[in-house]
Amino acid sequence: MAITLKVNGEARELDIEPDMPLLWVLRDELGLTGTKFGCGVAACGACTVHVNGQAVRTCTLPASAAVGQEITTIEALSDEEKNLTALQQAWIDHQVPQCGYCQSGMLMAASALLSENPNPTDADIDDAMTNVCRCGTYPRIRAAIRSVAVG
Amino acid sequence: MSKYSRRQILLGGAAAGGALLVGYGVLSPSRQQVAQAAHGSEDEHFVTQWIRIGADNKISIFVPHSEMGQGVLTSVAMMAAEELEADWETIEVIQAPGEKIFANGPLGQAFLSNGATIPSAIKGIANFSTFKIAEMMNLQITGGSTAVRFTGHHGMRPAGAAAREMLIMAAGEKWNVPLVELEAAGSKVVHKKSGKSATYGELATLAAQYTPSTTPPLKNNADFKIIGTPVPRVDIPAKVDGTAQYGIDAKVDGMVYAAIRQAPVFGGELVSVDKGDIASRRGIIDVVEMGDAVAVVADSYWRAQNAANDLDVEFTAGDFGDVSTESISAQFDADIAANEGEADVEKGDIAASLGASYTHLDAVYRVPFLAHATMEPMNCTVAFNEDGTCDVWTGTQDVLGTRGFIASVAEMDDDKITVHPLMLGGGFGRRSAGSPNFLAQAVTLAKQVGKPVKLVWSREEDMQHDYYRPAVTAHMTAAIDDHNNIDGWQNKYVRKDEPVEASHIPYAVPNQNIRYVESEVHVPYGPWRSVAHTQHTFFNESFADELAHATGKDPYIFRRDLLKDKPRHLAVLNKVAEMSDWGGALEPGHARGIAIQESFQSLVAEVVDVSLVDGAPRVHKVWAAVDPGYVVNPDGARAQVESGIVYGLTAALYGEITIEDGQVMQENFPDYQMIRMADAPVIDIAFVETPGAHPGGLGEPATPPIAPAVANALFSLTGKRIRSLPIQNHDLTDSQHLASAAD
Repeated sequence: MAITLKVNGEARELDIEPDMPLLWVLRDELGLTGTKFGCGVAACGACTVHVNGQAVRTCTLPASAAVGQEITTIEALSDEEKNLTALQQAWIDHQVPQCGYCQSGMLMAASALLSENPNPTDADIDDAMTNVCRCGTYPRIRAAIRSVAVG
Repeated sequence: MSKYSRRQILLGGAAAGGALLVGYGVLSPSRQQVAQAAHGSEDEHFVTQWIRIGADNKISIFVPHSEMGQGVLTSVAMMAAEELEADWETIEVIQAPGEKIFANGPLGQAFLSNGATIPSAIKGIANFSTFKIAEMMNLQITGGSTAVRFTGHHGMRPAGAAAREMLIMAAGEKWNVPLVELEAAGSKVVHKKSGKSATYGELATLAAQYTPSTTPPLKNNADFKIIGTPVPRVDIPAKVDGTAQYGIDAKVDGMVYAAIRQAPVFGGELVSVDKGDIASRRGIIDVVEMGDAVAVVADSYWRAQNAANDLDVEFTAGDFGDVSTESISAQFDADIAANEGEADVEKGDIAASLGASYTHLDAVYRVPFLAHATMEPMNCTVAFNEDGTCDVWTGTQDVLGTRGFIASVAEMDDDKITVHPLMLGGGFGRRSAGSPNFLAQAVTLAKQVGKPVKLVWSREEDMQHDYYRPAVTAHMTAAIDDHNNIDGWQNKYVRKDEPVEASHIPYAVPNQNIRYVESEVHVPYGPWRSVAHTQHTFFNESFADELAHATGKDPYIFRRDLLKDKPRHLAVLNKVAEMSDWGGALEPGHARGIAIQESFQSLVAEVVDVSLVDGAPRVHKVWAAVDPGYVVNPDGARAQVESGIVYGLTAALYGEITIEDGQVMQENFPDYQMIRMADAPVIDIAFVETPGAHPGGLGEPATPPIAPAVANALFSLTGKRIRSLPIQNHDLTDSQHLASAAD
């Protein structure tokens, strides 16, 4: 059936099943492969995007539930000129990623945290950043978030 | 050749390979000409096989390793750039394609020489031979913490130095001046007397006419300009904006998607598939029965996976339907008791020591199976082309090995196959070529459906069809003599794995007997970050801690006293004690533990600070002192130590794959728990360099000490000795020790 999703500011018409998870719509239908598949059960956070500015795990989110919402993926975190956000730059400055596979999800979770809470405490970071990183980049993620926190 | 496995070349530190040096003629390798024909141009010249210089002075360094987050593209290229006297800004790093010309000869060479430097008199022969061997064995492996210590040290530094010599020779010829008057720096050669200067790019055409030396003089560490400085990793920018391409992101014209369900019991077979309405569902292209698995092919991955989940499938349990974690442990205990086994170490007279009227300590230690659980599930895309060639896209720790494997499965010549190496969403050993089940499936599916196929495993398939870190059991006994000294150390364990020296102890114990018994199980094994060091360091460093307490000694002092003749061990041990203020005041309810291990030619000592939070162990801080010989990229090295610690801590606290009815019980992250932000410790790292020492690896060596360090700290805290992992299986709350400490 026809579904229209607003992805990265653009209306996209899709002929898909309404229960296709947003993750697979992004990756396979729209070719936005920056959002990653990790577990399929919303346990690891590799598939995190912004839905109306909130961090949402998309591997279990039916496309129908995203209709009418503002969906933002890692590809659109930077501006149209591809200037990195301060957070992305902090990720480079702190040399955060290792294998990097979880980092799209980490960046989306962290940027959602900061837009809601510009000066998070360590406990706030613990609560908001529940994604899995097998390479163990957590100390650097924490440092990178703190470096762009206001306050 | 069959005597030496590809894995031994990575891991078999003590194996002797000298015999391989004979039997190959002394021929000019001219490897740079072969590389030139394949990847050079009029404006781009290979001066050695690994270094291509463009007329515009862009210097491309071909690195025969896979980037999986360990920073290998950067660190290995830094080693070439250092000796080349290159300006890092002119460097471009390229992962070497999976072609024979880029087989990793230096890896073979390091193996032949036991990691030492090959004498210059036979260097040319050794170089040629090892490249031929590397080609024959498709040697292009990333694993065994070998990139810096073998490829970098034996391959990239000499390659850079040889190229520098050739560029200087080219300038000398061009300007007709003596070579001693020329200086190379910043990707230029300068003749100060005449004021002449030329970029490497301007000299490359001429330089490429010479033959690179196999024995160029290398720089002294004190003269390093790039090595030892923090160079930003070249792979990172693409990993912050979603543009990095992993295996799972491969996109090929006409591609279809496959999802799979495999026999849950290893060795089981497919009996029947009830397809129901699946063939008529939207997008379904085929249901393929594959012996021990069934796959659904569709026009989208989700449709394929959904349909695969809905298939009514029956598998046999093969011969192993009654195997369990408990039956495996019982089998190991019985086999250890019934067999003499083979010796790893025999020293002194263990029978006398254990027979004497000394105090004896016995303990049985166990570790469970572990999955790798890379963030990116296994996947592979295969396309058979009309012209009889085949393209493969995947993230692999072994590009040439993958090509060889695909060739054998597809029954094609190697050179008809191109493997496109993409980023790895985690490796840790899982994506090494000895663990290829998903590759073979993708080949079969692409053949079957006649279209390019991308096979993606679900997380559940990934967790239940891994090549696991083996479950291992060790029966340990020690003797304490009348003077409170450790007189005897016996360890009899199932089963032997590489590296061969992993079970050895560094301590001065006069009578030692370390031996192993084979005891086969049906669960597939594979290399897992630090391989056999994970289990043996837990056994040995926990048992050493038991002996420290049994002899009434401080665990740090106990180790220090038994490492008097091991200066590099002592240096990291003393450093970590100093960093952590060992013996200093602790927060109430906290305790410390210490452990040390040498692995992959690096020494690591770790101290942890723990407490119980809501009854569960919490690791607050980890101090690590690390001696990798010399450090190439300090921040990258630090990142590897952090990573090794967190990876090992996940395993120590939570990691356990259990078997029931012959199959893996864990399915996904909810029942295979990971360290996350909230439980990640603060990590404080210091490097202790040993000038003149061969470089050690860093991808793995930080992992082994963490489990015993935590278990030892928990003993100090609770009085409970943890002899099996994971720690979460132990109830630490009903401790007398804790109760008395709280009083």
